[in-house]
Amino acid sequence: MSGFARATAPFARRLLRVTGVDPLGAYELLRAADPHGPEPSPGQFLMLATAERWGGGVDGRPYLPRAFSIARRRAGESHFLLEDVGPGTHRLAELRAGDALWALGPLGRGFSAPAAGKRAILIGGGAGIAPLAILQDTLGREATVLVGFRDAAHARGAELLRGARVATDDGAIGHRGPCTDLLAAELGRDPDAVVYACGPPAMLEAVRAMCASLSVDAQLALETGMACGFGACFGCAVPRLDGGYLRACVDGPVIDAAALERVPEAVGAHP
Amino acid sequence: MSAADGATRAPGSGRARADERAAPGAREGAGTVEFCGLRLAHRVINGSGTFDVVAARAVFGAALDERFPFAAYVSKTITLEPRAGNPPPRLWEAAQGLINSIGLPNKGLEAYMDEDVPALASLTTEVPAGPAAGTSRVAVPLVTNVMGSTAEELVELVDACHERAEISAVELNVSCPNVKTGLDIGADPVLLEHVVRATRERTSKPLVVKLTPNAADVPACARAAQAGGADAVSLINTLRAMALTPPARGERRHPWLGGGTGGLSGPALRTVALAQVAAVAESVSVPVIGMGGVENTAHARDLIDAGAALVAVGTENFRDPAAAARIARDLAETGL
Repeated sequence: MSGFARATAPFARRLLRVTGVDPLGAYELLRAADPHGPEPSPGQFLMLATAERWGGGVDGRPYLPRAFSIARRRAGESHFLLEDVGPGTHRLAELRAGDALWALGPLGRGFSAPAAGKRAILIGGGAGIAPLAILQDTLGREATVLVGFRDAAHARGAELLRGARVATDDGAIGHRGPCTDLLAAELGRDPDAVVYACGPPAMLEAVRAMCASLSVDAQLALETGMACGFGACFGCAVPRLDGGYLRACVDGPVIDAAALERVPEAVGAHP
Repeated sequence: MSAADGATRAPGSGRARADERAAPGAREGAGTVEFCGLRLAHRVINGSGTFDVVAARAVFGAALDERFPFAAYVSKTITLEPRAGNPPPRLWEAAQGLINSIGLPNKGLEAYMDEDVPALASLTTEVPAGPAAGTSRVAVPLVTNVMGSTAEELVELVDACHERAEISAVELNVSCPNVKTGLDIGADPVLLEHVVRATRERTSKPLVVKLTPNAADVPACARAAQAGGADAVSLINTLRAMALTPPARGERRHPWLGGGTGGLSGPALRTVALAQVAAVAESVSVPVIGMGGVENTAHARDLIDAGAALVAVGTENFRDPAAAARIARDLAETGL
């Protein structure tokens, strides 16, 4: 598989101007003008922190910037999907149009393009659907998109993607059960596809195990906490199949599933 | 290298000397800072283990070398054998700080010398102050940080550094437990003086001792390092710290970090660092590299006014990789 062009990040964080924070069910779609930022490749991420009141909240957090996949690039704007689950995402969700946002990136290794003739299956869980949107934009052809959510409010996130088939844990929308049920059916029909996955660790591990047993190529975009995003802190270690650790930020976040023994439990700095 | 004499001195007298003797515009040395015989572009360096030049080059491209932020580059800790590091989780976000339990992953001495030293040898940076500001570049000395659990291991590491012309100075990480006592080598003044003396005899390159803040009497440890022949001391390293797994009904809580405990860094310990730097600067005559929670020029200036010759930026590099360049420029504008 050949890679998409990997963007080089400007060597300093830069201030972006928030253009909007739009509710999308249980999520917010954060949009920020980034006219001078390099075009990211799908799967790359930015480290984000608000310019004002980043820190000094409950328990003196947030302190570190937060890693966010770039969900979409459109007309000089970068889009990010966030869910208010902790002090960092809470503060980001408070942003309003006109506010300033620190950004560093694009960072990390993104997805590789599928080999000619191979069908791409994109599978995402929860906020992990974000990098699949820019991937779908970039592939420029019909890809199968499978997404899983907790409930109907979260399933609104599927609107980020075109033609997505939805699964929910409670069956409120689409298939009742994990989205990996949908993947199993797809791979049953077309075992020659290549899988692109992003989501919570348990979902990624299910994708990894299924693809390994069927000898299907899979690229997993890992979600881990990280302090820096550019290889300095060694905090985002992910165990390698052949021993030692990968750094999710510079060796990933997109990792060839075959390189991993298993997808580790969440190893974030921000439980 | 000057032998230690244990004499005390007035605060600030051990500062690196700004090179004010050069006539304006006369030569490219104007505006530089002298430190242990090395000529530095400014007073701001990195804390060991807080910036990986090799990884950062792949991320930021040529801009990193063009606008290199540090006046000297301190490597991450190198050990004799390769280390994978601690099992995750390795990070915990604390109140205005970070607890890390990274475990000193590194490729080991041999691979470091073969692969990394050549890649780190030709760094240069701009002089931010004086007549040469912005127009001349000065070499960025490579400081190799090493850790061993015995004097013999440290000697082997220092010997290898001594052999390499690309390495300008050696920093000893003495925050390693002694296998017999379990105490950090750097927390025991007698043992510390012994290992510093053993390594001092092996090299004429400047020898910096990175003091541990997890000691009963840090100034006593600094004096021991000086007595053993250290050319400079650096502090503070991270403070031992801990976080527990989130509460869950019916489950016994355990340490969150894979390594059990970790080290706290960042603004949370800035005032502790200032107190320790001030106390050490009053206790030794060798220059002091001060660090701990530096995010901006005011924080750097506090450490300098407390007696630090150089200031290191650590955790702030994670939030902004160009932070040190910003601080160095602002410091230079204030004449420091």
